[in-house]
Amino acid sequence: MLAGAKSKLPLFIFLTPILLWLFLLIVLPHLDLLRMSFRIENDYGDMIWSVNNYLEFFREPIYWLTFARTALYAIIVTFLTLCISLPVAFYITKVAPPRFKGFLSLLLLMPFWVSELVRVYGWMILLRESGVINHFLLKWGILRQPVEMLYNDVAMTMGLVYTSMLFMVVPLLSVLDNLDDSLIEAAFDLGSTTPTIVWKIIIPHAMPGIASGSIVVFMLTLGNYLTPNLMGGKNSLWFTEQIYNQFIASFNWNQGSAFGFLLLIISSLIIFAGLKLTNQKLSKVVQ
Amino acid sequence: MIRTLPQSRGYSISFKIYIILFFIFLFAPLLITCVLAFNDSIFPALPWKGYTLDWFFSEGPERIGIFHDQINLASIWVSFKTAFFVALLSTVVGTCGAFLFEQETFRFKQLLYFLMLAPLVIPGVILGISILLFSNTLGLFVEGRFGVDISLLRPGFWLVVLGQFSFITTLVTLIVSAQLKKFDYSLEEAAMNLGANRFQVIFHITLRFLKPALLGAMAVAFLMSFENFNTTLFLVGSDATLPINLYLQVRDGSTPVINAISFLLIIGTSSLALLNLVVQRDRSK
Repeated sequence: MLAGAKSKLPLFIFLTPILLWLFLLIVLPHLDLLRMSFRIENDYGDMIWSVNNYLEFFREPIYWLTFARTALYAIIVTFLTLCISLPVAFYITKVAPPRFKGFLSLLLLMPFWVSELVRVYGWMILLRESGVINHFLLKWGILRQPVEMLYNDVAMTMGLVYTSMLFMVVPLLSVLDNLDDSLIEAAFDLGSTTPTIVWKIIIPHAMPGIASGSIVVFMLTLGNYLTPNLMGGKNSLWFTEQIYNQFIASFNWNQGSAFGFLLLIISSLIIFAGLKLTNQKLSKVVQ
Repeated sequence: MIRTLPQSRGYSISFKIYIILFFIFLFAPLLITCVLAFNDSIFPALPWKGYTLDWFFSEGPERIGIFHDQINLASIWVSFKTAFFVALLSTVVGTCGAFLFEQETFRFKQLLYFLMLAPLVIPGVILGISILLFSNTLGLFVEGRFGVDISLLRPGFWLVVLGQFSFITTLVTLIVSAQLKKFDYSLEEAAMNLGANRFQVIFHITLRFLKPALLGAMAVAFLMSFENFNTTLFLVGSDATLPINLYLQVRDGSTPVINAISFLLIIGTSSLALLNLVVQRDRSK
């Protein structure tokens, strides 16, 4: 690009802050996390190397059950988010009058600029026993007694779907925007029914968007703390809550590190598998 | 099926209803939060007891509005300071990153690029604990070796700034790189032929071209930092940021003051987001 005798100075000026950032804040902390996860305190109070923190995870059913539960719910949330978002993205890009397109996509993105905490708080006001939905159900005579709709798995799942919707809708909007209308028109002229068009044309075309949206949603759900903590009940344990408890409540940083590392591994593995299965590059997905 | 094809009535009506329900689902929690900020009741719940501005301006002692609530005001100020430093720092380093990955060639570039993307796929909680662990290890080491206690390495304001900076910089790098890709290099070459050196070119030409993207990236970084919870949770010291402070209040029961804060946040973030959008659109014309 810039041919000729080029000094090395700009390279060093740009490279130094990047290396400092990546090594001091990303690489070394994660190596430290790995090191801490293999340390335990023995009976004499000395720190020794051990895999005990990891064995503890498999020995205590509460830990690996929570882990499995978190992964399972993250899959369910990802699937539900996809099912809800796909028709919306399709409507905005293909069905709605073109002049509304910009307005509708803007409207869609607005809530996600607001802090996750505010959004979860809004749902808490709506769903709790003294909440707004109960107020109306009682007023209209549908219920006699207020029902606690918060603090259960359904509320938590809905909250997680709500929180991560944006990251599914945006990639879907961009892939569907690139879908040529004439493909659908041709299929329709040749006598295809709506389900056939959806399965044979729309979904295959939207696959890159579906894959990248799903990967991001899955990862964010797995690592979410706020929504399960505030909307799920006391028994709806989420794995990040276990990590928090080990760090802040039990002050067992070594055990917490092992849990943290396990979460990091599973999340990276699933992202890697997702990318391989759909033949995509990480650098494409994150954009 | 699509707008150019004939649609059955049932299809088009049911699709419309679905979209309307979806938007209700999207906006209901935010609208109700805003509305209840003005309800003249001590609980953030219905029934509607009349309109009041107490939750904004009341001086107490029974009701303390947000503008007189010292704890919440303090946390808003902490969040502003944090977001300011994170936006500044991540924009500077992110711009270096964009130049590095777009314009320079060096060994292990691909590897470093993947490392740069990594913060986006690391859960925020993990980023928080690993930075907490490392700063603690470093602090212990420095204290043991040199007998100096560095307060910077203990949970607190600057550790929160560093924690948020560690992943927001990746976003800034991606935003600025996207703009830098569109840069017409003949402008640089022309300037160089006229005798400018590399830094003069960057300063007078490239950065000028990048200005809208830099402002946009800074706004995004500010917002991301202002509302970050997961990473901050583990790094926060005695001065809590707004999301942490709100979380503690929401967990232990709530008052309409939280609604008032939420209302201000919703108005504030959406106007910043809209402003950013309008600026970007104007520039791209």
